[in-house]
Amino acid sequence: MRANKVLDGNTAVSEAVRQLDPDVVMAYPSAPGAPMLERLAMDIANGSLDTELVNMESPQSAISGCIGASAAGGRVFSSASSQELAQMHEMLFIASSLRLPIVIGIADRALSAPINYYADHSDAMAERDCGWIQLFCESPQEAYDNIIQAYKISEHQDVKTPVMVAMDGWITSHTMENVSIEEPSEITDFMGKRIPTYSLLNSTKPLTIGSFSSPNYYFEHKLNQFQGMENSRKIIREVGKEFGDRFGRYYGYFETYKLDDAEYGIIIMSSAAGTAKEAIDRLRSRGEKVGLLKLRVFRPFPFQEIQERLLGLKAIAIFDRNIVPGSQGGPLYNEIRSAMYFCEDNLRPKIFPYIFGLGGRELNLSDIDNTIKEIKEKTEKVESENGFHFVNVRYRQVNNE
Amino acid sequence: MSHEAWNELKPGTIIEDPGSASNHFTGHYRKGLKPEFNELNCIHCFFCWVFCPENAIMTEAEKISGINYDYCKGCGICANECPVENKPKPLIMIKEVI
Ligand code: SF4
Ligand code: SF4
Repeated sequence: MRANKVLDGNTAVSEAVRQLDPDVVMAYPSAPGAPMLERLAMDIANGSLDTELVNMESPQSAISGCIGASAAGGRVFSSASSQELAQMHEMLFIASSLRLPIVIGIADRALSAPINYYADHSDAMAERDCGWIQLFCESPQEAYDNIIQAYKISEHQDVKTPVMVAMDGWITSHTMENVSIEEPSEITDFMGKRIPTYSLLNSTKPLTIGSFSSPNYYFEHKLNQFQGMENSRKIIREVGKEFGDRFGRYYGYFETYKLDDAEYGIIIMSSAAGTAKEAIDRLRSRGEKVGLLKLRVFRPFPFQEIQERLLGLKAIAIFDRNIVPGSQGGPLYNEIRSAMYFCEDNLRPKIFPYIFGLGGRELNLSDIDNTIKEIKEKTEKVESENGFHFVNVRYRQVNNE
Repeated sequence: MSHEAWNELKPGTIIEDPGSASNHFTGHYRKGLKPEFNELNCIHCFFCWVFCPENAIMTEAEKISGINYDYCKGCGICANECPVENKPKPLIMIKEVI
């Protein structure tokens, strides 16, 4: 039977992982995602989970261990946030190019310096080019649901690509909410056992993975990997639908909120979507035609679907929760603007880059109000779209005279 | 030899055919020096055999028998590791015209 529990995001993730009965958990706990691993360690210690727990001495070793265990045919889990995810960097490329199903949970946290403990997307966004599928969650419920789907997507024969499931540190990882936890047998039924196509531990069929590749082969191997990610586009949708048919909560590349008849739109990811929805309700009650698109899947980037969904809006504000010095806008902005390049000129919305929430800075309802006001004015006055907008940050004009 | 296209490769860089590295002849890496083996003073300690990165030291009946130039890349490690100082040394690097 389905159980309704009050859980924070970390516990929701560990509940999902527990129900999926992993073979190996590699642990180098890092805040704010540490409780994911601590709860699993507790289950393993008290015997309720038959999983090998390996305490590693660094994040790089933790992900290396995941690579080995997955190549041996196991279902594996680990977690990392911020600096710890950055320390995994080089191994993330190896995991994806070896086409290994691995899932890691991330409680997004800002990168140093300055040292900071709070939510933003710098850590996950810095890994957007490493060939992993990236799912972002708004709530503990989505964290639970996405972890389960992540394994199904990752282990699919046509995909075989690792997945990172990210939620906002503290805001989602440590805030308690109602979460529906599905019947364990239903989850087992939904997932099935991982059927690896090969195992490094199979001594009757020896094989080599990750060997040297000359210029004569490297390019071909990379395209083979690229295809795995491309295949995931279809599988992510299928798994999201199958999950919905079974459990009642449907998932696609993104969720829209009051976007159908909207003239102005906000694009945002993860927990801040909750604030945006509330702000949109208030703006709607004042007669403003505004809507929201909350992106769930950043890699593979659903450029075609996004383009179709945003066509015809007057203007959109894209909210990135990390800053890339020297760029034209945050990663989300750049992807979406690039997706909109091929629309007909008269249907393309004006696109404005907003940076918010760095190092845990709050996003207020009034910030969304002001944004909508700003993009409306700029659109009506046909002002340039260029230039960053920084939300809720101090700047003081210095008078030098 | 025809090489696989990207869509013919197994996902994940898997090689199912053990020892396929022997299809790759590294002899052409030599750029002017090659080891020469002289059995006279060889004590068959197998140091050269252990250290050779290309498995190019050949053996016969548990004795060193020569060098396989299809794979020897001319790095000189074998001659460097050989402990015998008596002349003629069992392994020396000589000039090779290429
Ligand atoms: S290292 Fe020198 S002495 Fe030892 S086996 Fe090789 S050639 Fe002979
Ligand atoms: S020169 Fe290098 S490759 Fe050639 S036999 Fe000696 S150790 Fe092996």
